[in-house]
Amino acid sequence: MKRLILAALLAGSTALPAAAQDVTITNARLVLGDGSAPVEGGTVVIRGGRVVSAGRGGASTGGKTIDAGGRYVTPGIVAGFTRLGIVEVDGVGPTNDASARDSVFNAGLDVTAGLNPRATPIAINRTDGVTRAVVAPDNGGSIFAGQGAVIDLGNDMDAVTRPRAFQFMEWGEAGARAAGGSRPAAMAMFRNALFEAQAYGRNPASFVDRGKEALLTRTDAQALQGVLSGQVPLLIHVERASDILGVLALKREFPGLKPVLVGAAEGWTVAQQIAAAGVPVLASALADLPASFEQLAATQSNIGRMKAAGVTVGIGMIGDDEARQARLVRQYAGNLVALSKIPGAAGLDWGAAFATITSLPARAIGMESEIGTLAAGRRGDVVIWDGDPLEIGSVPTQLFIDGVEQPLTNRQTRLRDRYLVPEEQGLPKAYQR
Amino acid sequence: MIRTLTMVALAAGLVACTGDKSEVRSASADAPAGTGKGPGAGKGYDHDPYPSTYRAYPGRATLVTNVTIYDGEGGRIDKGSVLFRDGKIVEVGQSIAPADGVTVIDGQGKWVTPGIIDVHSHLGDYPSPGVEAHSDGNEMTGPVTADVWAEHSVWPQDPGFSRALTNGGVTTLQILPGSANLMGGRSVTLKNVYGRTMQAMKFPGAPYGLKMACGENPKRVYGSKGRMPSTRMGNLAVDRATWLRAKDYDRKWDKYEADGGEAPARDLAMDTLRGVLDGEILVHNHCYRADEMAIVMDMAQEMGYKVTAFHHAVESYKIADLLKARGVCSAVWADWYGFKMESYDGIGENLPILDKQGACAMIHSDDANGIQRLNQEVAKVMASAKRAGMPVTPEHAWTWLGINPARALGIDKVTGSLKAGKMADVVLWNGDPFSVYTRPQMVWVDGALLYDANNPRLRPVSDFELGQPGEGDVK
Repeated sequence: MKRLILAALLAGSTALPAAAQDVTITNARLVLGDGSAPVEGGTVVIRGGRVVSAGRGGASTGGKTIDAGGRYVTPGIVAGFTRLGIVEVDGVGPTNDASARDSVFNAGLDVTAGLNPRATPIAINRTDGVTRAVVAPDNGGSIFAGQGAVIDLGNDMDAVTRPRAFQFMEWGEAGARAAGGSRPAAMAMFRNALFEAQAYGRNPASFVDRGKEALLTRTDAQALQGVLSGQVPLLIHVERASDILGVLALKREFPGLKPVLVGAAEGWTVAQQIAAAGVPVLASALADLPASFEQLAATQSNIGRMKAAGVTVGIGMIGDDEARQARLVRQYAGNLVALSKIPGAAGLDWGAAFATITSLPARAIGMESEIGTLAAGRRGDVVIWDGDPLEIGSVPTQLFIDGVEQPLTNRQTRLRDRYLVPEEQGLPKAYQR
Repeated sequence: MIRTLTMVALAAGLVACTGDKSEVRSASADAPAGTGKGPGAGKGYDHDPYPSTYRAYPGRATLVTNVTIYDGEGGRIDKGSVLFRDGKIVEVGQSIAPADGVTVIDGQGKWVTPGIIDVHSHLGDYPSPGVEAHSDGNEMTGPVTADVWAEHSVWPQDPGFSRALTNGGVTTLQILPGSANLMGGRSVTLKNVYGRTMQAMKFPGAPYGLKMACGENPKRVYGSKGRMPSTRMGNLAVDRATWLRAKDYDRKWDKYEADGGEAPARDLAMDTLRGVLDGEILVHNHCYRADEMAIVMDMAQEMGYKVTAFHHAVESYKIADLLKARGVCSAVWADWYGFKMESYDGIGENLPILDKQGACAMIHSDDANGIQRLNQEVAKVMASAKRAGMPVTPEHAWTWLGINPARALGIDKVTGSLKAGKMADVVLWNGDPFSVYTRPQMVWVDGALLYDANNPRLRPVSDFELGQPGEGDVK
């Protein structure tokens, strides 16, 4: 079954959806997603699944025209760090493909093999405006979790936008735990893996597999080649300031590395260094508790302060129901706007907040030319909203992915419709559809 | 020790009951017949051995004017005023003349509500940082631990209390034991005011709760240990056997308290269940599935107690009519679903469907982050309600944060709404509290100003955070 899905994904991953429409949306309160403020009277033109133009004015170039009636029109939400599509029910093991504690493989694991576009959280999050997601595996017996993907949340079986888009690694406390119990052990595991991967890269044929002379399997060593060369970003979950600085030091030791920090609760305390290193961040937006000893300085002002220091920072969710609730990133971004009214806090203006859930996560993983903004050439991921998309309770009225209009129903809307009146009427509920 | 004894008794089943009965006989036999010299109902032992030492901090007489008021009971006043003094609400009305010595706050463009009440929290019992040494919320050593009291685990230095106050406007919260056990122990209701001791935070006069749980957790935890219960039917069997023992215990103590004689042996777990049977302790029952809630309500009727509220209750919407008929509340999330099998059918319209049916409902957090945004969770519910064609007014929605949780905690006579004579637990919001862009500006508990966004000295810092990175920061 999994093999079939994988084959389908590999075969179809670059094909444009068949049903892409040519659409012009006029009279929009248009949000580009690049951090700018909304503009009134905006027009978006989508042709062949891509954005042709987006801005004030602009004319239809044929196809379907939709009058947005002054409502918000935005790029689809890009959920910056999730486990969408690889988990149906967290607590039901066979439906949870996030981690593989008993596997001998680690960096070589490819999350697309576990991806199920029909997992119910896909439709539920789409209904709330999420069109793309960064999907990361969770780690098992190694600091390396495997290769993550960027996906779309369309109502089809062709979900993968970019397979093997990044490698994900646990650092800090979780990395220490996976490496055998300490941060030095995690560091040793990391260095050793990269040295072995370098050896593999020099001469793949002579690489001796795990259990003989190497700790890595060939599969894992191969997967780390892109990490070494910098073709593949290395997403690193790290929270404590000293650990963040440690990651920045790794970048100096392995110059090819393209680290992206995930979580980064104490990032604001070393924001200048992160900015100077040019390392992007997918930060937990509202983490403000000293939930662990590596998050003592956590504050909701983290993102605002990092941004002020010049860090490229989008919102990601880690350890935060990210297999099902990626849709909450809109609420999180709205809360960052709320902070701008609190003395001493660092908030974001509306446009900047919206960018943390569109263009900035896209940029963090090197996909800003494809997704996250409404600009010529970008994917046709467009949402028309019934209200301010950062305000609680606003939902899409129409949503396009690659120019294809998407259904906005899911299992939850069906349950709702069945039970609006809880009592049975005539026949058992099982007959009511 | 007591736990072990309880488990032995449970494992022995009916044998244990028979043993108890013979005890009753011998106790009665030892008592002087018909003397009527018992200590009196409820006086056989101390029901409050860890009494509250909470006292209100000093506050100024304060008049907040020009605000939109949601009173917590469904009332609303636009451009209204709230006056409180000596820790109590004095008056809530359209226009109140400022008396001498009253601090007047012009709330133009702002909102005033009662402090939020969270009926389901584990702050203090699962505090931050969440290290193993702090994991004090679940006595996972037996399926019935009605003998444990959550208050004996509360760490008053949990940094989470401050976040709930300053970001969440939460002034009262119930701390429950976890849900690993069928009967997880007693809850405690706290004022959200830091104290050196748990007792200093304890809500004066609030009744205790009993945390019960049905469904996956107890059967998973104990089934995986190869012991009962390992199924839902096992859950019920252990529950019912325990209630039968409790009824027996209750009878023995009732008789002793009335007639005197030799006091029956004390059993801390049975004390708690006796409190439930006597209506002194309120049952807060973690339960997800509609079918299970219906069974639990029948069990309560069978055994002679009442379920005050189902917590989580993600499928309450399927039986809203039954819950209404039985007068049982549901404390729910706005949008949680799918994290475990029994939460699979969670929908955003759970609370609106309950509310429309006239069943008692409220929001709850069960989460150290969620407790900081319960107003936003209600805003989600309102949006779902509107889309489903059953819109609710914001002033009505505040009952889910105000008087309804107060009722479920048995403290509605003293807090949960802005009514003259009640505790001055008050939040001034810097905008519409159902907007994502709004935060508390000031929070008073019993009339004492304990948070002011404009005053860094009024940001509580627990001992744990003192001298740490980020001490005293805006969080």
